[in-house]
Amino acid sequence: MYELKFDLEKCLACQTQACLTKCRFIKVDVETAKREIIKIARGEDSFVLHECVTCYACEEYCPMDNHPFYLIVERQEALNCAPTPQPLIQRAVNLGVPFRGEPEITEINGPVLNMGAFSELMHLIQGRLFEGLAVISTDPRKMFHYFCQLMYLHYARSSIIKERLPGIINTIAKHKPTDVICFHDECYGAYTSYASAVGMDVPFRPVHFFEFLYQRLKVLKESIKPIKMKVAYQRPCSSRLSHEKHHLVRYIFDLIGADYAEREYDGENALCCAGTIQGQKREGSRKRSIEIQQRNIEDMKKNGAQICVFNCPACYQTIGQKVAAVGIKPMYMSDLCRLAIGENPTLWR
Amino acid sequence: MDSIYKSLVDIVDKEHVSNRPEELFIYSFDLGTAEPRRPDYVVSPATTEQIQEIVRLANRENIPIVPLGAGLSLAGLAVPQKGGIILDLKRMDRIIEVNENARYALIECGVSQGQLTAYLEKNFPRLTHSEPGAPPAATIVGNIVIHGQGDLAQPYGFNSDLINGLEVVLPTGEICRFGSCAVDAGWFTYHPLPDVGLFFGWCGTTGIVTKMSIRLFPAKPIRGVGTFVVDNESLVPEIIGKLTYTQMTEDIIAFSRAIPPFAAGLQHITINIAADSEKELEFKQEIIFDDTLGEYIRRGEGGFLGFTRGLERPQISKTSDYKKGGGFEYVGGIMPVETYSQCYRKGREISERHSIPYTVTGRIIGAGHSMMFAWTYAFNRADTESIKQARDALHETDDLVMELGGVIWKPGIYGQKIIIERLDPGTRLLMKQVRKLLDPNGIMNPGNWEGF
Repeated sequence: MYELKFDLEKCLACQTQACLTKCRFIKVDVETAKREIIKIARGEDSFVLHECVTCYACEEYCPMDNHPFYLIVERQEALNCAPTPQPLIQRAVNLGVPFRGEPEITEINGPVLNMGAFSELMHLIQGRLFEGLAVISTDPRKMFHYFCQLMYLHYARSSIIKERLPGIINTIAKHKPTDVICFHDECYGAYTSYASAVGMDVPFRPVHFFEFLYQRLKVLKESIKPIKMKVAYQRPCSSRLSHEKHHLVRYIFDLIGADYAEREYDGENALCCAGTIQGQKREGSRKRSIEIQQRNIEDMKKNGAQICVFNCPACYQTIGQKVAAVGIKPMYMSDLCRLAIGENPTLWR
Repeated sequence: MDSIYKSLVDIVDKEHVSNRPEELFIYSFDLGTAEPRRPDYVVSPATTEQIQEIVRLANRENIPIVPLGAGLSLAGLAVPQKGGIILDLKRMDRIIEVNENARYALIECGVSQGQLTAYLEKNFPRLTHSEPGAPPAATIVGNIVIHGQGDLAQPYGFNSDLINGLEVVLPTGEICRFGSCAVDAGWFTYHPLPDVGLFFGWCGTTGIVTKMSIRLFPAKPIRGVGTFVVDNESLVPEIIGKLTYTQMTEDIIAFSRAIPPFAAGLQHITINIAADSEKELEFKQEIIFDDTLGEYIRRGEGGFLGFTRGLERPQISKTSDYKKGGGFEYVGGIMPVETYSQCYRKGREISERHSIPYTVTGRIIGAGHSMMFAWTYAFNRADTESIKQARDALHETDDLVMELGGVIWKPGIYGQKIIIERLDPGTRLLMKQVRKLLDPNGIMNPGNWEGF
């Protein structure tokens, strides 16, 4: 059985308790934060477990690499205080069940792009950036065989991740990849941060999607025509698990000549898309999610963004239309990069 | 040459009459599990007068006539049980008038759902009709004469309640009009003349509807679907009661199904909302999702999955994909909403007994006055055993509808039989006399509504 490696001593030694004091959804001082995180670590109930909206950010805030978010989720499950109503949890658990037979396994013996549970977005990986690259999970009917399961952190179901993730890793490993480029931040976080935190072996090298794009853009540098537009980045919750890769957004923007929209809700201070919050049990959650989205989009607008770039399909689905409604063009990072090298992304108008 | 064939050619033209086996084969079955029956002729008239002449010919020759829209009822209602002439009405597809102020459309019997939807979107974007969850090729009149329901059923009722008048060719060939059009006063109301509602639910045994005026409703520019999920089916009736009480929703549908897995064991309630402005939309969402459903959310018994802008019209069942061979048929029961949980549980049992992934759907009609609950069974068209399995499940479900205190909607032959057995004697006698009076030679879709 996989056990979360969480060390209470690190929390006791921590001077900032940044996991909670920096939290955008719970207001606490250092003393309260220390008291509550200790209670949580000892398996006791805490108001934090009930007020956590599962934005993942404390994984980034923790200066001790001690996985406070994974701990909170484990305790929410153990104490049966998930933020989400049970029917939505059950629905999510059902969603990731692989069906319609087994996937076809082809041996790659090289780098591969894993679409995970987003096989329907194959139009986002077209053109010269992806030329010659092997791709797995291309069949929407079988994509849940490649679903990294980390979504269950939103649903207080670490047990499901621990139960299913080894099988998913095994399926990917059967393709004999060397490097696995993860289409989504969440997959990258699963195979790097989460797997390591619970002691799960990953027999391939995960590569962040932005890292791949950046390297490809460097190869195609001669083709780049500067975008010359102000672009806001919508940071997804799962990027908090790979915050060491966040700088690549700026690197890519610099390379393609996009003007990075400096704004209040950026970097560590980013606001999530609030898609998960709208369905939570806490009174007023739906309105709260709308308010967060409005603040976020207003911030993009105020800072002159002409494009809002996404890497997470869930964020795109949740606020893409709302972004477009205020005159900012929503698009995926891969499409932005394709534009920069003179290609017309599918569905681009 | 065959004299009936020649007469049909004389009435219509050679291009629109056939007795060729390969064409008759196409008209011998529908998409459900009904046994195929081959017609003797198929004719596609272009006018009401041609229909009159065909009906008179059929009376003279004592040959059955089966009116056909798009043939999508799935219940075998247009399968010619006793052969005869299939009257394919698809050529009569004129949208004769749309009255924007009085909000109605006068159409011919072959106008399809997709045709009217596209026409209104292009020419009258502020008007819409109640579109059923059928393929766009389904005809509007075909749906109404079987008491269909559409995506405005919750606020306004059955589609057959939403008409302003009709023109019918009787089984003896006369033309009759009903509603204000009967006194040449236009097509704006079905009432208040004496009620002779003899043409809905009779499966084409009392006449052929050639024109119909249907009611149109405001099409608000913002339309979308909110989804609410519960895992306890017993909660569905009270939730429906509360939702309909708000009088702020359009379509309300509850469903559960084994495939895809996300829906298994859960009840999804989709709630259509329409608004003129963002302000109105948010006001309605607040009333519906926060004030009305908030208590379930806070208790963790129900979850708000989100609101998706835009309506996928038509919303068509994907159940045909669940098994190889692409077949499906359903029993629709018009049920009290309070029976939802029994409908779900017993439907699931029947499906599991016949090794068919379960699919159940309840569409609310009126302000919770009833629901059309559909039990859908997938089958492999190429496998007779699979077809038999589905047919057995369908017959069990027909029995279940009556057992639970509902009424079978658009019953096939088996369903009609068990309804007739339960009809009260007075009604039974009246129906028998009506049929005899209207259709003395018994030429109209014989095999249906017989044995009174």
